[in-house]
Amino acid sequence: MTIPLPPAEPTGDLLVPLDDEPGVGLWRAAWRRLRRNPTAIVGAAIVGLFVLVAIAAPLLTPYQPGTAQWSGQVTPSSVPGPSDAHWLGLDRFGSDLATQMLYGARQSLLYGIVATAIGLVLGTALGVLAGGAASVGGRVGGWIDNLVMRLVDIMLSVPSLLLAVSIAAVLGQNPYAVMIAIGVAQVPIFARLLRGSMLAQGRSDYVLAASALGLRRRRIVMGHVLPNSLGPTIVQATLNLATAIIEVAALSFLGLGQPDPAVAEWGRMLVAAQDRFQVAPLLAILPGAAIAITALGFTLFGEALREALDPRSRR
Amino acid sequence: MLRFVLRRLALMVPVLVGLSILLFAWVRALPGDPARALLGQRATPEGIARVNELYGFEEPLLQQYLTYVKALLTGDFGRSIKTGQPVVESFIEKFPGTVELGLTALLLAVVVGVPLGYYAARHQGRTLDTFIVSGSLVGVVTPVFFLAILLKLVFADWLDVLPTSLRQDARMDATHITNFYVLDGIMTQEWDAAWNAAVHLVLPAVALGTIPLAIIVRITRAAVADVLNEDYVRTAASKGLASQVVSRRHVLRNALLPVVTTIGLQAGLLFSGAVLTETVFAWNGIGKYLFEAIGQRDYPVLQGYILFIAVIYALINLAVDVAYGVIDPRVRVQ
Repeated sequence: MTIPLPPAEPTGDLLVPLDDEPGVGLWRAAWRRLRRNPTAIVGAAIVGLFVLVAIAAPLLTPYQPGTAQWSGQVTPSSVPGPSDAHWLGLDRFGSDLATQMLYGARQSLLYGIVATAIGLVLGTALGVLAGGAASVGGRVGGWIDNLVMRLVDIMLSVPSLLLAVSIAAVLGQNPYAVMIAIGVAQVPIFARLLRGSMLAQGRSDYVLAASALGLRRRRIVMGHVLPNSLGPTIVQATLNLATAIIEVAALSFLGLGQPDPAVAEWGRMLVAAQDRFQVAPLLAILPGAAIAITALGFTLFGEALREALDPRSRR
Repeated sequence: MLRFVLRRLALMVPVLVGLSILLFAWVRALPGDPARALLGQRATPEGIARVNELYGFEEPLLQQYLTYVKALLTGDFGRSIKTGQPVVESFIEKFPGTVELGLTALLLAVVVGVPLGYYAARHQGRTLDTFIVSGSLVGVVTPVFFLAILLKLVFADWLDVLPTSLRQDARMDATHITNFYVLDGIMTQEWDAAWNAAVHLVLPAVALGTIPLAIIVRITRAAVADVLNEDYVRTAASKGLASQVVSRRHVLRNALLPVVTTIGLQAGLLFSGAVLTETVFAWNGIGKYLFEAIGQRDYPVLQGYILFIAVIYALINLAVDVAYGVIDPRVRVQ
């Protein structure tokens, strides 16, 4: 039996957006919400300051890091405090503390970004592979998805810091080892998150609409599902920058970090400060607080971003 | 429920097999040949030959792996290269220390965190709520090793009121039955030993418990805030139930699910060895031992411990899933 189609009606004016309800894309709407959110502004300000300091470090201080130029002034019972020449004083090896702090920001930023980028790229690749395979379906799709997710399960079966430490041990002591170790330890988080949100998006109405229009499954997955699933991954990347910066310091703290003593690094400064603790607590408090504040900036911004991208919080 | 548990245990098998393959490959991926990696820089040719023979490093890889797995299945995880102590033995000896510390930290996090989160959700926007929320944020971003150092500075160096290293005074001649020092003291009625061990727990537990505490506060607050907006809470209140009944039976129980997940995840992390906290406080647990093993490239210890930790981690996750069934009847039906 065939159902006679109703006569075509002009639907043109239904498609014109109404004046009082303009169509706004997800990202533009998110940006608008972000600008009005004080949490986002505070987070962005901290992150901005941190990035600025990291980039402009050589302009902000006349000295070089890790020179131990003034080691003669440091004794086991006293470390010179703030003075005109050194506005935060010296560190326990006789380098300018302010210089160490400024250049330390550089290391944290570089390591944090590279590590997170490694995790993001590899994790997204695995996530797209698994989520895409599962969405496209078929026996092969299910098989690929299963294989990838079991690999992710294995990585998740070891706590991430321990995983990072194990990887760093294999790679030996070099600057790349830390970045790779922390990055790889983040891979399962991104992979699982992206696969999950791709599967969730796969069940939404626009996917149904797209397949009703006759689009090919692969095109729907890569062209519609994937772009719509990226939001949580981007939020996670921002939050992971905070974790990465803390973990870089943690690996240094455990003696697995950057081996070159001429490079200033907050985690290692904290270790070095421990035995001069009673004499100069500032040596430990400054790098520790710097790590915490930087992580706070990325966390605040990431959470504001999550809120802004959440369609439920649209008003 | 039993079938669910059995199925989950069966699902652990492929993960553990995969992990054992990775750990096996890991030692063989180390720079240089494995015998040299095991013996370190002072390896003599005779030593290398002996290690090669002992571990069968010259045999085909598949053969080596099968030998390795066969040994694992009979409970032989090898011996420490540095001390010669069997890996299993050292784990049994040190694990109680980690559990004692982890359990105390977790207890602190839950007992303080859940009420704080609940209070904050019930009084959203008030001063104390703002205070709790900001405090939990600071807790989440403070590196545990920094906090540990600060605690040491304030309570040990400045105030001199609490011990900052070891699990008990070295001079304390205490009897150890279970290696849970506080419990041992109570069992043997050596009260001073129990008290001494308890005092040693304070700073490490506070340092270790702060991040889980902050996370639990945040999750509890969010979960309770969500549930408070549910229709059934309004219904329960409007049909005249006492507010305490509504809080306990309607709000708290429904908000508990994400909180239990978080507690379970944190427990998994805490029991798998707090490498940083144990190192700072010279706490004799698996975390500190693992860290030392890394420094000494003691690979049999690392391989064995990582496998044990993965098993513990998986079992705790399983326990969390079982707990769902108890808390949420909907899960039970499925």
